[in-house]
Amino acid sequence: MAEVHHHHVHNQDPEAGAEQRKAIWKTFWILLIITSLEFLIAFTVPHGILKITIFIVMTIVKAFYIVGEFMHLKHETKTLIWSILVPVIFVAWLILALMLEGNAIFEAIFG
Amino acid sequence: MAAHVTTPGAVEPKMWLGGIEPMKASYGKLMMWFFLISDTFTFSALLVAYGTARFSFPAFTGKHEDFTFSNMYWPVPERVYEAVPFLHGVSLPLVFVGIMTFILIASSVTMVLAVEAGHRMDRANVEKYMLWTILGGFTFLGCQAWEWSHFIHGTDAGTVMKVIENGTWVEKTIFGANLTENQYGPPAFADFFFFITGFHGTHVFSGVILNILIFFRAATGFYDKRGSYEMVEKVGLYWHFVDLVWVFVFTFFYLV
Repeated sequence: MAEVHHHHVHNQDPEAGAEQRKAIWKTFWILLIITSLEFLIAFTVPHGILKITIFIVMTIVKAFYIVGEFMHLKHETKTLIWSILVPVIFVAWLILALMLEGNAIFEAIFG
Repeated sequence: MAAHVTTPGAVEPKMWLGGIEPMKASYGKLMMWFFLISDTFTFSALLVAYGTARFSFPAFTGKHEDFTFSNMYWPVPERVYEAVPFLHGVSLPLVFVGIMTFILIASSVTMVLAVEAGHRMDRANVEKYMLWTILGGFTFLGCQAWEWSHFIHGTDAGTVMKVIENGTWVEKTIFGANLTENQYGPPAFADFFFFITGFHGTHVFSGVILNILIFFRAATGFYDKRGSYEMVEKVGLYWHFVDLVWVFVFTFFYLV
């Protein structure tokens, strides 16, 4: 338990990490603005493919900022980044396979 | 590697042969990441199952303002989630869930500020930001409890629906929802609401417990003695993941 990894400089100086804190608040404002825009779009853009596409793109942008900045993945080694991102390909396949399946069920019952 | 002095019998350090951290992350942090990947699969399975069920039901095709609850088609979510505490009977679509989203994002910010303070061994700020994060977590859970309660009890008028009871079609007024009856739409819609938001809420709850533990250990000087605040970072990863999942639940359950 005593084995500790010091990747960061320990510093009692309150000015230390000011850069990081700035980046954190910047990320917060980006997330807040995107969420507010989602609300605006929810009540102004008519229902359809365009609206869904905008929502999905915005969700992925938000996910990028949360994972990249808050979870710090953007600043990790390439190996770690790919170890986390590559398995998500399976999720993409699951989405595609089950969307087609759902459509087939719909056609079988109501088509 | 030229500067490396090799003693007879010693093995030259290689990237993947041990003794080196190829990902420059500690064991605990890596395992948290891989746990979160497995959790991603669980939540993806739930959300994709929701998508499948939605695609296999008819969608509401009429004009938006003509929408009424019926078990013949999938409901428009913003017409289901339009209640706000203390504003009984006022239609405010998605406002309450918007507040919940804001609370979770804000608590994610205070969490990452606690992690940053931990890097500087700044105990007072770790304590302060952990307390804010815990408060955010409890507030979110409180909001969710209210939302569930409202969803279960339903609207004042209820919905008149034709349902099969003991093998025959009967017409009756249904108030709210449970796992077999649902005034807002097909019963599957309520089932997915309970399972997905419930599973996420359970994650928030365990996150709050972990955050309290981290706060307690920071406040009692445990991490100062250990010489590292890395535990704050590991639990921080979990807390951000819970926020990340909510971003997806918010889009696919409430917006789309």
